[in-house]
Amino acid sequence: MDLVLFLTFALIAVACALNMALQRHPVSSALSLIGVMVSLAVLYVLLGAEFIAAAQLVVYSGAIMVLFIFVIMLLNAGAEKMTKKAGTAHFLGFPLLVILLAISAWVITNATSAMKPVKFGAFTKGGPYEVGWELFTRYLLPFEVTSILILIAIAGAYRLANKEME
Amino acid sequence: MDYLLVSIIKILIIAPLLLATLAYIVWLERKVIAHVQLRVGPYFVGPHGLLQPIADAVKLLTKEDFIPSGVNHFFYWAAPWLGLMFSVSAIAVIPFGPIVEIFGVKTNLGLADINIGLLWILGLAGMGVYGIALAGWSSNNKYSLLGAMRSSAQMISYELPMALALVAPLLMSNSLNLREVVDTQAGFVFGIIPNWNLFTGFQLVGFIVYMICAFAETNRIPFDLPEAENELVAGFHSEYSSMKFAAFFMAEYCNMIIVCSVATALFLGGWHPIVPPAIATFVPTFLFGLAAAVLFYHSSHPIRPTDRKSFFVFGVIFAAIALVFLAPAAGPILNSLFWFFAKVGFLLFFFIWVRATLPRFRYDQLMKIAWLFLFPVALANLVLTAFFVTLFSK
Amino acid sequence: MSLYDLFPPEFFKLSVPLSAYLILSAILFTIGVATFLFRRNVITIFMAIELMLNAVNLTFVAFSNHFGRVDGQIFSFFVMVVAAAEAAVGLAIILMVFRTSATLQIDDFDSLKN
Repeated sequence: MDLVLFLTFALIAVACALNMALQRHPVSSALSLIGVMVSLAVLYVLLGAEFIAAAQLVVYSGAIMVLFIFVIMLLNAGAEKMTKKAGTAHFLGFPLLVILLAISAWVITNATSAMKPVKFGAFTKGGPYEVGWELFTRYLLPFEVTSILILIAIAGAYRLANKEME
Repeated sequence: MDYLLVSIIKILIIAPLLLATLAYIVWLERKVIAHVQLRVGPYFVGPHGLLQPIADAVKLLTKEDFIPSGVNHFFYWAAPWLGLMFSVSAIAVIPFGPIVEIFGVKTNLGLADINIGLLWILGLAGMGVYGIALAGWSSNNKYSLLGAMRSSAQMISYELPMALALVAPLLMSNSLNLREVVDTQAGFVFGIIPNWNLFTGFQLVGFIVYMICAFAETNRIPFDLPEAENELVAGFHSEYSSMKFAAFFMAEYCNMIIVCSVATALFLGGWHPIVPPAIATFVPTFLFGLAAAVLFYHSSHPIRPTDRKSFFVFGVIFAAIALVFLAPAAGPILNSLFWFFAKVGFLLFFFIWVRATLPRFRYDQLMKIAWLFLFPVALANLVLTAFFVTLFSK
Repeated sequence: MSLYDLFPPEFFKLSVPLSAYLILSAILFTIGVATFLFRRNVITIFMAIELMLNAVNLTFVAFSNHFGRVDGQIFSFFVMVVAAAEAAVGLAIILMVFRTSATLQIDDFDSLKN
C-alpha cells in the first residue's frame, strides 16, 4: 500500500509541478502549486510527519497560496508574454538542468543504497506532542528568533503596502 | 482490512445522511425565517413543505446550466466542486459520539479518529476560500471578482482570531484529537455544573469570539459582504446556475455544520449531556414525547383542515422515536448522538436566527472588528488561559 | 473480482526506498529551478521559489524519518515560517513595483540599469 500511495502522489506532485512550469497564466500556475503542496502533505503523512503535514495544509496551501491568489486577482495579472531575452537561458539552461538532475540522482542512489527503506508506521514521533515538545525545549531559541522574524515581516509588509497612502 | 471495511460502511452511512441534512437545513432556514417574519414559509409541496428540498433539487438538476461568454472554462467548472469538496471532507474528523461497540465491532462514532483532527479542519477551512476566489475570478464579471476579493480578505483576517480562540480550550484538554478533547469534558462539578470548557474552563469570551469568526468564515449575515445583494448582484456566484449554484449552497451549509460541530466539541462538551446522567437518559424520551403530545393535541383541535391527518402522523413518528430512546441496547449510543446533534442543531438555529435579525456590516467595519477587536480579545483570552492552566496544573 | 485479485498481497507489503523520496525531491527542485530561470512573470518566479522550498522540506522530513529523530521536521517547520514571512514581504514588494511600473514582466524592471 505504501508504494501505491507513494507512486500516486509522487506522480501527481511531478505532474502539477510541470504544469506550474508550463502554464502561461499565473492563476493556473498557483493552482498547480497548490496541487504539489497537497500531495506533498500526503507524502509527509506516509513519512510519519503528521504535524508537518497538517502545518503544510494550514500554512502553505491555506495561507501563503491564498495570499498569492489574492495578489494575482488584485493586480488582475494576465497571461505572461514570452520575450526573446530568455533565449540564452533556454539554450544553456536545459542541458545544465538535466545534468544537475542526473548528478543529484546519481549521488542520491549511490549514497542511500544501503539505507533501510521507509516503512509506514515505523516512525511515530511526528505527532503534535513530540514536535511541540522539541520545539519548546531544545529549539526554544530558534523558535523565538523566528517569531521576531515574523514580527519584522509584518511591520515590513505593512510599511511597503501602505506607502501610497501617505 | 477490517478497519477499511468499517470505514467504508461508516462513509456509506454518513455521506447520504449529510446530503439529506444539507437539503433539510435549507428547509429549516426558510421555515424559521418565515416564522420570524410572520409568514408560513414553504407549505404546498408535501405536508408543511417537507418535500420542498426534493422539489428544489429536481428544479436545480433540470435547470439549464448556463455558461456566460468570456469565462475561463476549466476554473469556472472546477470552482464550485472544489469548494464543496473541501467543506465536505472536513466532516471526516468530527466525533459524533464516544468509542462504542456495535455488533461486536469496537469503533468510534465518526469517520476518522486522528491526532491532528483540529488542524485538519483548520487547513480545510483555509483552503475553502479557493472555491470562492476562483469562482469570482473565472466568471469574467467585476461584481463576482469584487465578491471573491472581499471573501478571501475576510477569510484570511478572521482565520487568525478563530484559531487563537480555538487554542484556549485545547490548552485545557491537552490534545488535538477532537474525541479526546470531548472526553476531557465529561462529568460535573459540584454535581450540577457540567464540566464543559464553556463553564468550568471559563471560556465564555473564547466561545463568543469563535462564534463571531464562525459567522464570518461561513459568509453568513452579518458578514455576508461577498454576496451583498444590494451592492454586488449575488457576489461570487452571480454567474452560476443549476447544479453549480447548488454546490455553492451546499458548501455554505456544510461549512455551517462544521463550525457548529467544532464549537460543540471544543466548548460545549460534545456528546456529554447538560444535566446529570441520572436524568439525562430520559431527556430525549421526554422531549420527543412532549412533541408527540403537542402534535396529538393540535391534531384533535386543527386550525387548518389538513392538520388533522398530518399532525397525527407526525405525532406517531415522534412517539415512536421517544420509545426507541428507551431501548436498552441502542439507548446509550442514541443518547450521545442525541446530545451532540441537539447542541449542533441549537447552534444552527442560532445562525438562522441571526440571519433573520441582524443587518449587514460595512466593509471597513468588518475589517476593524477582526483586527482591532477580535484579535486582541482572543489573544488576551489565550494568555490568561495559559496563565491559569500553568498555575493550576500540577 | 476483489481488490485482492487486482493487487496481490505482496504488492501491499512493498515498502518505499528512501532514495525514492529524495529523487522526487530532486525532481521537484529541478522543476523549480527551471521555472525560476525560464519564466518572465514575477509572481510565477516567486512561486518557483516556494516550490524549491517545498522540495527541500521533503528531504528534511524523509531524513527525519530515516534517523528516527524529530529534528528534521522541526527544521522544515522553520522553513515554513520563513516562507510565510518571505511571501508577505515579497508580495508587498511586488505590489509596490506594480504600482510604479504597472507591469509584472521581469524584463521591464530595468530602471536601475546603466
